[in-house]
Amino acid sequence: MNTAHDYAITTEKLNLWYGSFQALFDIDLNIRNGMITSLIGPSGCGKSTFLRSVNRINERLGYVRIDGKINVQEQNIYAEKVELVQVRKQIGMVFQRPNPLPVSIKENILFGHKLHVKDKKYSAADYNDIVEKSLRQVLLWDKVKDSLDQKATALSLEEQQKLCIARLLPVKPNILLMDEPCSALDPKGTAAVEELIWELRGEYSILLVTHNMAQARRASEECIFMLMGKVIEHKETSDLFVTPDKKETADYIEGRYG
Amino acid sequence: MHKTTLEKANSAESMFSVSALNVKNKKTQKLYSVLFLMMTLLLILPVLVILGTLIVKGGSMISIDFLFTDPVNGMTEGGVFPALLGTVWLVSLALLVSVPLGIAAAIYLSEYASDNWFTRIINLAIINLAGVPSIVHALFGLGAFVMFFGFGTSILAASLTLAIMTLPVVIVSTRESLQAVPHAFREACWNMGATRWQTIRRVVLPNAVSGILTGVILEVSRTTGETAPIMFTGAAFFLPFLPQGIFDQTMALSLHLFVVSTQVPNVPEALPYAVALVLIGMVLLMNSVSIALRMYLRGQKKW
Repeated sequence: MNTAHDYAITTEKLNLWYGSFQALFDIDLNIRNGMITSLIGPSGCGKSTFLRSVNRINERLGYVRIDGKINVQEQNIYAEKVELVQVRKQIGMVFQRPNPLPVSIKENILFGHKLHVKDKKYSAADYNDIVEKSLRQVLLWDKVKDSLDQKATALSLEEQQKLCIARLLPVKPNILLMDEPCSALDPKGTAAVEELIWELRGEYSILLVTHNMAQARRASEECIFMLMGKVIEHKETSDLFVTPDKKETADYIEGRYG
Repeated sequence: MHKTTLEKANSAESMFSVSALNVKNKKTQKLYSVLFLMMTLLLILPVLVILGTLIVKGGSMISIDFLFTDPVNGMTEGGVFPALLGTVWLVSLALLVSVPLGIAAAIYLSEYASDNWFTRIINLAIINLAGVPSIVHALFGLGAFVMFFGFGTSILAASLTLAIMTLPVVIVSTRESLQAVPHAFREACWNMGATRWQTIRRVVLPNAVSGILTGVILEVSRTTGETAPIMFTGAAFFLPFLPQGIFDQTMALSLHLFVVSTQVPNVPEALPYAVALVLIGMVLLMNSVSIALRMYLRGQKKW
């Protein structure tokens, strides 16, 4: 049986409005630690919205209102005393379109790290270690080790996306949010990034939004099906796709709508 | 009744051949493209005529001496040095004030401010400020800087007036170049826990700098030519000496041009043209620098 500590993210009665439009309805979720959980559902079902409220990036829009709780590692990230910068540090996000910064590969990796370290001195060797370690973790080191000073924007999309994941690692997040990380990639790139995501599980809890049901099936351990802002079903991926409990889920995975 | 195969083939042939309507539409299309080309050429024409006239009529007077000697003999002879120097004074001081202010305001509006009634009023004010006629700015400068703050008619008062007048240009161009930086860069930074300032300092500004510089240089070229705002606030008809500090009056190229072309008798015909040529030369030089700089900086970045 799971104890509360086994959950990376738990939500309680999470409701979210964009202006007067309600996008999320009473979301109660327990997302397990160290696992890959995928979020599926048709466009507009709120899966990206949910993902974006987990690291509070939605707030930038200004007209978003939230009530309910999102607990990350058992702490409500919407509590008053929470420091946004710490939330973002703990919870990294990968976007649909790879968004490396227009600086060198090395500087991309060190960017987040340098933001958060002020008091401690790091030598060039320390920096090199960080860069190598991060790039090795995303299986990119061998490919770019001789071109670390080149612009990151010159890499292929697949490599850029891996770099965007690598860039999050030096600040030691616990949770990685991925918003359709493969939708800009070709099948080969997709396979490579999926392989990487699979490698990262265990060390990180990964929440993966995808449009691609086959991907959810291949690359996640648990799966959440959402529809019209509500969670319809949440269980092990292998179960959900074979024996869904709800009719909506069954219809969706059989492609009757969406 | 069904058509025969042959009939079908014939109708298929006519289906893809030119109809009368096609011909007519094509003609109309041609007409408009020629019309708009003419408009474009018409636009360049005045520029060429102006430059040509200035060079033909005043080109003979331009020399190094003309740039670096004082006007003599009731401004009918000699060079334009005090006016040239005065313009440099006015423009640099105006820049020193308007650039930091304008960039700061633009950063606030583009990166920090949310869209509410307050920022909308500010935006409206900026647009209106840009539309205020320069003579009104002149009167404002006279009232505010010359009289109220007691700077007297001085380089300082004139530069401040120019600065206020060009502030909207700096704000608008800076804001546009900030907003041209892809939003994905900002999101990337925020998601690594960067504060807004860290994001601006490390990512947004470095990528917007070429646009900002272009805006600044365009402002320079505009400031260089302004006459009305400095007439009441710090530019003098004629001064027998060079300004020693920012509380002195100065001559300025634009006003000097006005003076030699309308206020002084017995001026040789070529002189006003030569002054105008110097003025426009300065502006064109600035613009070319701006274009070169922009091309250089654009070449530097890729995304």
